[in-house]
Amino acid sequence: MSLLSVSGLDVHYGDFQAIYGLDVTVEEGKTLAVIGANGAGKSTLLKAIAGQVPATNGTISFDGADIGRLPSYKRVPLGIALTPEGRRIFPSLTIEENLLVGAHAKRKGPWNLTKVYDAFPLVSDRRARLGANLSGGEQQAAAIGRALMSNPRLLLLDEVSLGLAPVVIEQIYAALPAITGQGTTVLVVEQDVNQSMRVADRVQCLLEGRTVLEGAPADLTRDQIASAYFGI
Amino acid sequence: MVWINALVQGILLGGLYALLAAGLSLMFGVMRIVNLAHGALAVLAAYIGLAIVQATGISSWLAIVAVVPIMAAVGYVLQWGIFNRTLSQGGLAPLLAAFGLSVVITQLLQLKFTADSRSLPTGDLSIASIHITGDLSIGVLPLITFVAGVLVIFGLQMFISKAPLGRAMRAASDDPATVRLMGIDNRQVYALSTAIALGTVGLAGMFLGMRGNFDPYYGGAMLIFAFEAVIIGGLGSLWGTLVGGMVLGVAQAIGSQINPSYGILIGHLVFLVILAFRPTGLLPKAVTT
Repeated sequence: MSLLSVSGLDVHYGDFQAIYGLDVTVEEGKTLAVIGANGAGKSTLLKAIAGQVPATNGTISFDGADIGRLPSYKRVPLGIALTPEGRRIFPSLTIEENLLVGAHAKRKGPWNLTKVYDAFPLVSDRRARLGANLSGGEQQAAAIGRALMSNPRLLLLDEVSLGLAPVVIEQIYAALPAITGQGTTVLVVEQDVNQSMRVADRVQCLLEGRTVLEGAPADLTRDQIASAYFGI
Repeated sequence: MVWINALVQGILLGGLYALLAAGLSLMFGVMRIVNLAHGALAVLAAYIGLAIVQATGISSWLAIVAVVPIMAAVGYVLQWGIFNRTLSQGGLAPLLAAFGLSVVITQLLQLKFTADSRSLPTGDLSIASIHITGDLSIGVLPLITFVAGVLVIFGLQMFISKAPLGRAMRAASDDPATVRLMGIDNRQVYALSTAIALGTVGLAGMFLGMRGNFDPYYGGAMLIFAFEAVIIGGLGSLWGTLVGGMVLGVAQAIGSQINPSYGILIGHLVFLVILAFRPTGLLPKAVTT
């Protein structure tokens, strides 16, 4: 049985429909990369899974249970954590406090302050600093660390590389094996196709709220992805 | 000597204002709610204390032990019943709801207790004083009030900076939507914040009632003093509220020393001067969001 199974998902923002009958499944312990251009509905998909936007139609089931009607704060104790678009680090809290807030659900698991600091040296050096005074890369690393503090079974990563220098992106992605190595299932949304192809077991490309291509990275050609990505 | 006396009495009075303003500051800091019912709730607490004292014959001090949790429960219910419903309706909705609440509380108090002035019995304590030197002596009740004000501010500050719930309150203040992604129901955090805030209001109301006379309409003036203390100190800063309460208390006491009818006026003038020249207050928050 899949850990996450989304079927027939529709999401609307007012009159605008962002997602059309989307199906997504992720097996436990695997990494799925959802790629696509701006406005393809990638972030909306993550928000719907985390409970930040309501689904107008379709079901979202997690570990066999329908979670589509639960508010976001009730999905965290089940083991779903989202690193949101724009990182959303709490600016008036220190980094350590940000991580501790992330541990609020008190789920048991491998992650704690020490482990997060080990996985993200970028965060470890800044633990006493206020969230407002971090660089983009430090914020991103802290946001992933904060999500890990809830010991999720499913980690949702939104636009990890957006606005970051390539060297910083490398540093952050270097921590991913440590996360998946714990058996954590990861759903990563990316605009950076190369990066996501490297880490994912499976890739799903969205265009205007629909799936246009999916498969294992090794089975997909660069041309296939380019045409799916741009819809040409 | 009279000036030193005015200064000392002003600082003690400031402790009461700080105590009164602590809850207002907390609610604004966490939820950006300007609780216009704050003064009316303080007066409500005094009347609840009075009712308990009259019904049971226990001392006003012992009644505090009952009034504080009662007011905290009132706060919890008010937040879930009224304020949480207004939060998605824009900034004006909680303001109007609080204003309406203050009118309702005031009218209900008048209905039940009439408009007569009351006070809480304190025995000999209301006139007891400690002689320091020459003309300078400190009233025992104002001193206890002052100590309570400082302790409440100190305790709240400790709670907010150290306790897990305090951390969640600061996080919810920064970004309520993201707090929900941490598995925290921000509305529950708000309800607990308001419960804590109204617990301090309960204490403040009891001290108000022991200090002098009150009637159902007394809350209006108290709201203004509390509000001025919060603004002078800097919005959302508890230490600032303590400083703001003292600045206001000292201004009023020195004003009264110049001319007994100037006290309140000088307090308002000092508030306006600070608002004009330092609108962020004396101790503004380090991070503005």
